[in-house]
Formats: sequence, structure tokens, C-alpha cells
Amino acid sequence: MKMSERKLRVMVAKPGLDGHDRGARVLARCFRDAGFEVIYTGCHQTPAQIASSAIQEDVDLVGLSCLSGAHRYLFPQVVKLLQESGAGDITVIGGGIIPDQDFQKLYDAGIKAIFVPGTPLDVIVDWIKKNVKPLE
Amino acid sequence: MEGGGYMYFAKEVLSQSSELRKKWEDEVRKVVSKVPDQRERWSTVSDLEIKRLYTPDDMKDMDFVRDIGYPGQFPFLRGNQVTGYRGRYWTFRMFSGMGSAEDTNRRWHMLLREGQTGLSTAFDFPTLMGYDTDSPKARGECGKCGVAIDTLEDFLQLVDGIPLDKVTTSMTINPPASVLWAMYCAAAEMKGVPLTQIGGTIQNDMLKEFIAQKTFMCPPEPSVKLISDTVEFGTKYVPRWNTISISGYHIREAGSTAVQELAFTLRDGMEYVEDVINRKGLNVDEFAPRLSFFFNSHIDFFEEIAKMRAARRIWAKAMRDRYNARDQRSWWMRFHTQTAGCSLTAQQPYNNVVRTAVEALAAVLGGTQSLHTNSLDEVLCLPSDSAVQIALRTQQIIAEETGAASTIDPLGGSYFIEALTNEMEEQAWDYINKIDEMGGMVAAIEKGFPQLEISDAAYKFQRQIDAGEKIMVGVNKYVTDEELPIPLLEIDDKVEEDQIARLNAVRRKRDNKAVKKSLEDIKKACKTGENVMPYCIEAVKNLASVQEICDVYREVYGEYRDPGLY
Repeated sequence: MKMSERKLRVMVAKPGLDGHDRGARVLARCFRDAGFEVIYTGCHQTPAQIASSAIQEDVDLVGLSCLSGAHRYLFPQVVKLLQESGAGDITVIGGGIIPDQDFQKLYDAGIKAIFVPGTPLDVIVDWIKKNVKPLE
Repeated sequence: MEGGGYMYFAKEVLSQSSELRKKWEDEVRKVVSKVPDQRERWSTVSDLEIKRLYTPDDMKDMDFVRDIGYPGQFPFLRGNQVTGYRGRYWTFRMFSGMGSAEDTNRRWHMLLREGQTGLSTAFDFPTLMGYDTDSPKARGECGKCGVAIDTLEDFLQLVDGIPLDKVTTSMTINPPASVLWAMYCAAAEMKGVPLTQIGGTIQNDMLKEFIAQKTFMCPPEPSVKLISDTVEFGTKYVPRWNTISISGYHIREAGSTAVQELAFTLRDGMEYVEDVINRKGLNVDEFAPRLSFFFNSHIDFFEEIAKMRAARRIWAKAMRDRYNARDQRSWWMRFHTQTAGCSLTAQQPYNNVVRTAVEALAAVLGGTQSLHTNSLDEVLCLPSDSAVQIALRTQQIIAEETGAASTIDPLGGSYFIEALTNEMEEQAWDYINKIDEMGGMVAAIEKGFPQLEISDAAYKFQRQIDAGEKIMVGVNKYVTDEELPIPLLEIDDKVEEDQIARLNAVRRKRDNKAVKKSLEDIKKACKTGENVMPYCIEAVKNLASVQEICDVYREVYGEYRDPGLY
């Protein structure tokens, strides 16, 4: 008999100095209700702190939330640090106040999906269920 | 509590009303059987249930003298000012700050030319969190969410050409409020304006940071101590300054209900009053008249008006009966209002002009003393010049064209508004009493109580939106694929480079020995519990940076980390 697949482990993270955490908190609850194991970092994490706790916590996905405009530096930095630590297989997605013209830049940097305000929670959950599998 | 001794309506009126009500209810049943209501339950954006009709029955327990009264008289339900807006309108005060001090100064002069009557400063995140632009933690943030200020040199540039003895300036600055206010005081002195003549506000409300906005530095207890220092300094030397703006705005933006905003904000205010009395030994009437408040004006029109009216009545009661304030000015709740950023949508952004207008009108009908109206593009970026102009004009249209400012509290006496005001006040007191039982707001925050109440409300609202139970036009109803593009203001990443160069130049030219000495003086004051303000003013004059002073605070008081509650 095949062992039942373990629960997805997701980290909701707030990089940078931005304290706008409403979206992050709502998502953390939503992920918990969706049956994921959730780690929420709280605000004011550096990219290095996020990368290292993602590795330590063995997560399958990191969801970054930034509303300050600093995503252009912070999001790619998290991906880069994960890759440098050999954890490039962790999926990184992002959300917040992200202008359209920044999307491509973030995709190019390795951010797999971007969700902006107005996205129903289930759309995000469905995307994760479809695109992220528990890492070996 | 004393009252006029008469109920609002005579018995006879209530009995007539009750007869008419029966007839009306029969009619309602008939009509509903043919044309059912569009939904079963009608509630405010905060999910407070609203009845189909309000009648004299809903005001039957009110005592006119005790509960309503006149403007400028206890319980101030109808406003503080005896002449309302006829002597002067509320202050048109647009929150602004972006890029460098020079960029923001340019915006300020534009706003003053356009008829703005007060200034309000948005700082960038490094400044708000007490870091210099060259701190590794500040990478990528400079000038993005507000203006970058590292030293007094930047500050002098910010207020260049601004008459500090005439224009009042508000600064949304919290953990490093003492530092930025010290810069304002130093700048005034250097321009030859005595401290007794400057006017303005520092937000300086840390409790709501732990509860909602999450811009913090030191733990709650020493954070409150630093606030009491500024209150004491202002009381003694800067009498026209509001040393704190006790803020519900951010609580609401974080997802609270209107009642939670009301209750947590007022309970925060009570915590500060108690700390200043206990720690500084000041008499409540010495400092309470300079306490100011700041509320959100959300999209649910009547709920906001009721909230603001309830806020005045609760505060008046608390100040008179709980803290024995005797000076009438201590009973006044004076407040600034900002329309709700979280009610705006990135989708179909021009609709935001309409939302902001409705919210601004609610603030005026609620009796605000000062108002910021959001720009249509604020949900996407810092506002562009043209978007800010529309937002400012929105206030000016309300003031000059609509007639909303002609008479005081025009909705006073409305069955619905009075009933809603009473209900919100009652629910707010329930929260306040609960927090009292927990041992006060600092204790409640340590338990995570207000934080989790807000998280509950935010999550519930999001679920209601997703289920279509609450509507946001353009988001979950009346959606369109075609978006009208709007011009976006972008902050150049080069601002960061320039700012770092500027900071380094200051560090090279200043007297580093004097800086070191003044930082040690601040450290000593922190350790002995002495008021830090005079030492901060000295330090900023010596060109100590925001971070250098905040590092002293962090060293002595420790650093607070977000517990990450959700």
C-alpha cells in the first residue's frame, strides 16, 4: 500500500521592513484551513532569515508578501539565497502591491506565481495544490 | 450620571408609533411574500446587523441632556466646536512623502499652492523602523513608501521654505518619534521660530503598532515610556504640539471591525493617560487637551459617522469619570481622519475617486477636525501629482459646494444614527472592560488578544468577499477585463544610492566626538529614566543619524520581534 502523501508544508513570509501583514495573516489562516502545515514568519525578515528558516523547516513552498515596493530587490534575493544553499527546489511565490510591469522581472528571477489584491483565496490554494508536491 | 430627567419621546408618541409599526409590519410581510428581499441579512461592512427601519422605539431609552446635548457641551456627541465648521473647515491635510527630502519638499509646496492647509509626512520604512538608508536591513526600501530621512540635514531640506510658525505639520512617525520630533524642534530653532510657536502632531502611538501596523523597535513597556517623555516635554515646552495621535486607522486597515477600531483605539488612549499620570506625575488636565486621535473612514457610510460620534462620547465620559479631568478641553476628542486605503481596488482604479468621496463625506458628517483623502492610485503606488490633486479637490468640493459643512452634526437625532451610535458605544465598552480585566492594553497585547480579534475579522471579511456575501465593485461583481490604464509614479532605485552618498558626506563633515558624546547622554537618560527629549535635540543638532539614536534605544531597552500571530 502506498503511504499517504504527507501534508504540504508552506511558509508565509514577510521580507523587508514592511508591516502591512493583513494579506499574509489572512493567507496563513487560509492555508491552515486548506490542510497545509503553515509556518508564518511574522514581519521584518531579511531574505537570508527567510531562506534559512525555509530550509530548516523543510518547507515545500515559500509565499512572500510585500506591500512597500521593495519586492523588486527582496523577492529575487530570497530565490537566489535558496538556490545558493541547494534548496532551489522550494517553490517561491509572491504577492502584494506588485505593478504589472514588474511581473516579468520577478518570473525571470524564479518567482513561480504572483497574486495581487482581489485574488480569491481559493485561486491561490488551487494553484498550490496543482503546482506544488511535497518534496522528497 | 446626571440627565435632564425626561425621555426623548413622550409615552403617547411611543404608543402611536407602536400602532403604526404594526400596520407597517403587516405591509412588509405582504410585499416580501411577492418581492423577497435580495438577501436575508443586511449588515455593515463590519458585519454589524442593520434593521430594515429605525423608529422612535430605537431611541426610547435616550435622555436628551445626558446622551445627546449640544456641540461644545458634555458629552460632545455633536462635536467639540460650538460653531461647527462655520469658523473654519477641517484642515485639508494630505499625507505625503516620497523619495528624497527634496522630492517631498517639492510635493509639499505644490499642495500648499493648491490650497492645502496643513502638512502631513509619510516616511519611508527605514526611517520608520529606526534604520539609516545604508543599513543592510534597509536595502531596496529607500524612499519607496515615504521620504527618507537620515539626519537633520535631510530634515532641513524637507522643511525648506515652509513657514514653521504658520503651517502645522503632522508626522506619521512611531518608534523614532522622539528623534524626528527633535529634528523638527531643532529645525525650528535654527529658523528662529521658538518652540512655543510651532504646531503639529507626531503620531507616536506605539500600542497600535504592536496591535496592527507592526512598525516597532523596542518592547511595549519602554515604548510607552518614550511616549510619556514626549508628552511631558510637549506639555512643558511645546504647548501647541499634539504629542500623540492615538490611531485607529491602522487597526482598521489591518482588518478590524469599526467597533474594534473604536474600542482598541480608545483603550490605547486610556493606557497613555494612565502612564503619563503614573510615571510623570502630571495632572491629567495638564496634558490631556493635547491628546489627539486618528480614525479611518471606511466605505460603510452610516457606521463611520456613528463611530466618530460614539468616540467623542466615550472619550468625554472616560476623561471626566474615569480620570477625573476637570478642564473641558480634556474631555474633547479631537481627531484626524483618513479615508480607507483598504476599501480601494486595483481593479478599475477610477472608481476609487467615488469611494473616497463617500468616505470623506462621512468623516465630515462625523465631525472630523482634519482629513486626508486617498488618491485613486494609492492602491498601486505612491500617488501621482494629478491623482493627489483630485483627492484634495474632493475635500474642497465637500467643503465649498455640498452644504455638508453648513450645519453641525446634521444627522444627529436620526433614529438610525442615534441607535447605531449607542450600539457601537455599548460594544466598545464591552471590549474596553474586557481589556481592563486583562490588566490593560500592554497586558492584552502580550496575550495577543487585540491582534487575534483583528485577524478573525479580517479573515471573515475575506471569506465573505470570496463567497460574494460582501461586494467590492470591480473585484467580485461588475468585473471587466478591460482596464483603463492609469499613470503610475515610480520611485527610482537611484534615490537609494544618492541618499547613501548624502549620509556618508554628513558623517565625514560632522564632529564625530560631539556625536558620540550626545549619544552617550541619551544612553544615560534611558538608563536613569530621565526624559530623553533634550538629549535627542542636542544629538540631532550634532548630526547624529536616526539609526545611531535608535541603536541606543535598542541597546538599552531591547528589541521587539513580531510574534507572528495569525
